[in-house]
Amino acid sequence: MIDERVPPRRRFFVRVAGGVAALALAGCQKLSQSEWFPKVLGVGERLSAAAGTLVAGRKAMAQEFTEADLSPSFRSNGTARPQSAAYDALVAANFADYALVVDGLVGTPGRYTLAQLRALPARTQITRHDCVEGWSAIGKWKGVNLATLLEAAQPKPEARFAVFHCADPMEDDGTSLYYESIDMDDALHPQTILAYELNDKPLPVANGAPLRLRVERQLGYKHAKYVMRIELVESFAKIAGGNGGYWEDQGYQWYAGI
Amino acid sequence: MTEATTTAAPAPPAAGALYYRHTLAVRVMHWTNVVALTLLFMSGLQIFNAHPALYWGKSSYTGRPALLQIGVKEQGEGGVQGFTRIFGREFDTTGVLGLSRDSGEVHAQAFPGWIALPSHQWLSMARSWHFFFAWVFVINGLCYLAYSLWSRHLARDLLPTGGELRTIPQSLRDHLRFRHETGEAAKRYNVLQKLAYLIVIFVLLPLIVLMGLAMSPRIDTLFTGWVDLFGGRQSARTIHFVVAWLLVGFVLIHVFQVIVTGLWNNVRSMITGRYRVPPEASHD
Repeated sequence: MIDERVPPRRRFFVRVAGGVAALALAGCQKLSQSEWFPKVLGVGERLSAAAGTLVAGRKAMAQEFTEADLSPSFRSNGTARPQSAAYDALVAANFADYALVVDGLVGTPGRYTLAQLRALPARTQITRHDCVEGWSAIGKWKGVNLATLLEAAQPKPEARFAVFHCADPMEDDGTSLYYESIDMDDALHPQTILAYELNDKPLPVANGAPLRLRVERQLGYKHAKYVMRIELVESFAKIAGGNGGYWEDQGYQWYAGI
Repeated sequence: MTEATTTAAPAPPAAGALYYRHTLAVRVMHWTNVVALTLLFMSGLQIFNAHPALYWGKSSYTGRPALLQIGVKEQGEGGVQGFTRIFGREFDTTGVLGLSRDSGEVHAQAFPGWIALPSHQWLSMARSWHFFFAWVFVINGLCYLAYSLWSRHLARDLLPTGGELRTIPQSLRDHLRFRHETGEAAKRYNVLQKLAYLIVIFVLLPLIVLMGLAMSPRIDTLFTGWVDLFGGRQSARTIHFVVAWLLVGFVLIHVFQVIVTGLWNNVRSMITGRYRVPPEASHD
């Protein structure tokens, strides 16, 4: 090869590489907006969920911390106060009129006032809250085990998911109430509680008063705040957008263990 | 190839023979890795954009300030400024970090659209890309490890000998003078090259995967408190970020070396496998 022939080829090569990179980038943007490609990417979520269960086990416990690790103040994210007259009325009465409903695929539907929930055996845990955005905060939660309520309700064998219906509307016009869902492994997990206290005080409105879910092996958006009703279902395909949660309907992963 | 036409030239240096340098398996895995790491890096930056701050410790809210923060703030009357704050020192990074222009539009985002995937704030999609290509990367990496052990690629081509390790100072001098191996010596990786590859393969890449797993609340349950060995989840996130940029540093040096030692020859050897051995230098 003659040396003189190299520079044009090199120039050509660099141009081709630059062109390919620009095209690839534009292609990636198009793929993100397509109907089919996000479904292909969804394979990653299914692999991660399967690997998480396989590697860590179904019953593994989340790390618990000490008082020394507590965040000075626990950050409120998402809804800071539900915008609805019904919720305002609950706050005005200091949640005296609040009642949690447990229904769906159960033998014995339940209804619990806050006082009744507080009278049940409680669990206190200091855990780390990991937001999907990337930040973490450590808080001390006290509440009743979800398993306690579900045992009382006697789930039917076909029940596969617990769906949490919440009081906070996600649209300005008061529609699109927040909801979430978890599988029965998480629903019956000993650290899955419905918390009514944060850092030894009644749960503040900004953090989900009067009752919020703690599901410690998943990211923050699974920890539904302002829980009004727990429904056991076989499938969440017919609820709202059909993806098992408000954020899931916006494209977020149902499996939030990663 | 050039005979007859170059009669006047005084004895042109003999063109080196083509040498089969990279096996098909290595070539396929190399380019799979290029695609996966590029997409992981870009989608990772978009994930970072959702909360553009880094901390040291178990949580983000410890009472101590962030190590790194990128953002936008009001500046003067109605003006806005992109800023980057590192260890308490603040820099105006308008145009690149915090606030940048893309296709005529101004975007308030930490890393600019041209380097992030998707270009603009879309966390759920960035996560989908990231976790899909994380699997591509990990599976490809495990295949590479198995292949390298089985084919002796690791032992034959990557592990430096004791003799080679003693030539590190010499190799360093050669690199700084852009003096490159020729003849037989050019068929092997040089000692600095071997060490760079080994550090990337056995330190940086496993570390970035481990720190990614440390951010998974589910994988954290594997052994209670294992994440604290690295300083906690937020420290793991910081290490993940730093290692990503160390890998960018490696890629820049790698591509620079590819260019200065013969762009086409090197690229061809990673596409077809054939590498033209530079003829033995007459001096030295």
